[in-house]
Amino acid sequence: MIRMYAEIIRIRFLMMLAYRVNYYSGILIYSLNIGAYYFLWTAIYGGQGSINGFTALQMATYIAISWMSRAFYFNNVDREIATEIRDGTVAIQFIRPYNYLMVKVFQSFGEGIFRLVLFSVPGMFLVSLIFPIQLPGFGWIWLKFALSLFLGFVINIQINILVGILAFFVLNNQGMLWAKRMIVDLLSGLTIPIAFFPIWAQWVLKALPFQAISYLPSVVIVKDLSGSAFWGAVGIQAMWCVLLLIPIQMIWNKARHTLVVQGG
Amino acid sequence: MVQFQLLWEYFKQYMKARLEYRWDFISQFFTDLMSQAINLVFILVVFGHTQHLGGWSRYEVIFIYGYFLIPWAVFTSFFNLWGFNDKYIIRGELDRVLTRPVHSLVQVIMESMAPESLMGVLTGSIVMGWAVWHLPLDWAWYDPLLFIMFVLGGVAVYAGIYVALTSISLYSDSKSDIQPIVYNIGTYGRYPVNIYSKIIQFVLTWILPFAFVGFYPASYLLGNGDWKVYAMLTPVIGAVFFSLGLYSWNRGIENYKGAGS
Repeated sequence: MIRMYAEIIRIRFLMMLAYRVNYYSGILIYSLNIGAYYFLWTAIYGGQGSINGFTALQMATYIAISWMSRAFYFNNVDREIATEIRDGTVAIQFIRPYNYLMVKVFQSFGEGIFRLVLFSVPGMFLVSLIFPIQLPGFGWIWLKFALSLFLGFVINIQINILVGILAFFVLNNQGMLWAKRMIVDLLSGLTIPIAFFPIWAQWVLKALPFQAISYLPSVVIVKDLSGSAFWGAVGIQAMWCVLLLIPIQMIWNKARHTLVVQGG
Repeated sequence: MVQFQLLWEYFKQYMKARLEYRWDFISQFFTDLMSQAINLVFILVVFGHTQHLGGWSRYEVIFIYGYFLIPWAVFTSFFNLWGFNDKYIIRGELDRVLTRPVHSLVQVIMESMAPESLMGVLTGSIVMGWAVWHLPLDWAWYDPLLFIMFVLGGVAVYAGIYVALTSISLYSDSKSDIQPIVYNIGTYGRYPVNIYSKIIQFVLTWILPFAFVGFYPASYLLGNGDWKVYAMLTPVIGAVFFSLGLYSWNRGIENYKGAGS
C-alpha cells in the first residue's frame, strides 16, 4: 500500500520534471508578487521600526517565505476533482483498487516536493539577492519549519478536496473555485499577516483553518518560534488536520451514492 | 457602421448563450466582485497601520484603485484574449476568421468579448465615489472629459500590450507564459508608483506603461500636480502602444501559417 503511494509521488515528480521549463516563469511571477508586496509594506513601514511585533526586516522575510511556501502547498486538486466529476471519469476512478482521494493527495505531494526543490529554493535564492531579507542559519529551526509547512500543505489540500468534491452537488463550480483561491490567499495571511488585521478580525481568522496554511508556518520561521509558542502553533495545525477529515468523509460518503455521470 | 452593427449582433448572441447558463453568469459576477472587495480590504487593513502610503492618504489610495478598475473593466470586457492560443491557433479557428471580410482582430475581439465584466465600471465608480466623498476635490468643467480620455488611453495601453503579446502566438504555436508575467506587472500600476524603486518606475512608465492605466491619471484627478505631464500623456501613450499592438498583429497575420491540424 505504502509502496504504491510512494510510487505515485515519484511518478508525479518525474512528470513535473519533464515540463520543468514551465516553472521558470512561475519563479518570475512569484518574485514579481513578492516585489509588489515588498514595496507596499516598505512604504507602510516608512521608517517605523516595528508594527505589531514585526520589524520591517521580518516583514520582508515574511513576504518572501510565505510566497515561496505557497509554491509548495499550492495545487489544483480542487479543479482536477471537479473536472473529473464533470466529465465522468471519476466513475472509472471508483472501480480502481485505490482510494481516489488519497491518490490525489499523494500526487499533489509529489508536485509539492518538485516545486519545493526546483521552484521555492532557487526562487528564495533569487529573491534574497534582490530584497533585503533575513533567513535563519542552518539549525533546528528549519526542521520545525518543515513540520509546520507540511501540516500547512495537508490542511490546504483538505480544503481543496472539500471544495472539489462539492462539484458532486453543484455541477459547475468554477466560480466557487476562483473565489476559494482568493479567500484562501487573503485569510491564510499570505497578503496580510494575521497580526495586522483589526482585533475583531483576528479573532475570527484564528478560529478558521486558513491561518494554519500560510501564517503559522511563516511565523514559525520568521519569528524563530520555540517551546510552547512553537508547539502551540503546530498543535493548532494538527487539530485542523484531524477536524477537516470529518466533513470530507461525510460529503464523500454522501457524494459517492448520489453520483450522476453526466452523459457518461 | 457595419462593425457596430456586427458588434451588436455578436452581443445579442453572446447574451443568449450566457443566459442559458445563468448560474455561471451569476457566479462569475460574484467572483469579480469578491476579487475587487479583497483588494479593497487589503488597502483598508494597511491603513490601519499608517496614515500615508508614500505620501498618499487612505482615500486617495482608494480613489486610485477605484479609478484603475474602470479602464481595467473595459479592457477585460473587450480584450478577453487569454484563451487565444488554445482556441484560435491550436484548434485552428483562426482559419475560419481569416476567410471572412471583417478585420481579423475585430472578429476575434467580438467572438471572445465578455461584456459582463463592464460591471467593474460600476464597482470602480462606487469605490471612487466613496473616496471622493471623503476628499476635498475641486474639479473643473473639463475634468470629466479628461477622465473619459484618460480611461480610453488606459484601455488602449492595456489593449496594445495584450494584443502584441497575443500576436506572439501567430509566430509560434507553443504556449508562452509571458501573459501571466505581464499581468502581474500590471498590478503594480494600481498603487502610487512613487513607492517603487526608480527602475520599476521607469518600466511602469516607458516599457510596460501600466502606470498610465491607474496611477498617473488618478493622481491628476486627485489634484496632485507632480505627475500632471504624465497624466496628459495618457492618450498619447495609449495611441502609441495600441498602434504597436495593431502593427504586430497585422504582421503576425501575414506571417501566420496555421498549426497544421
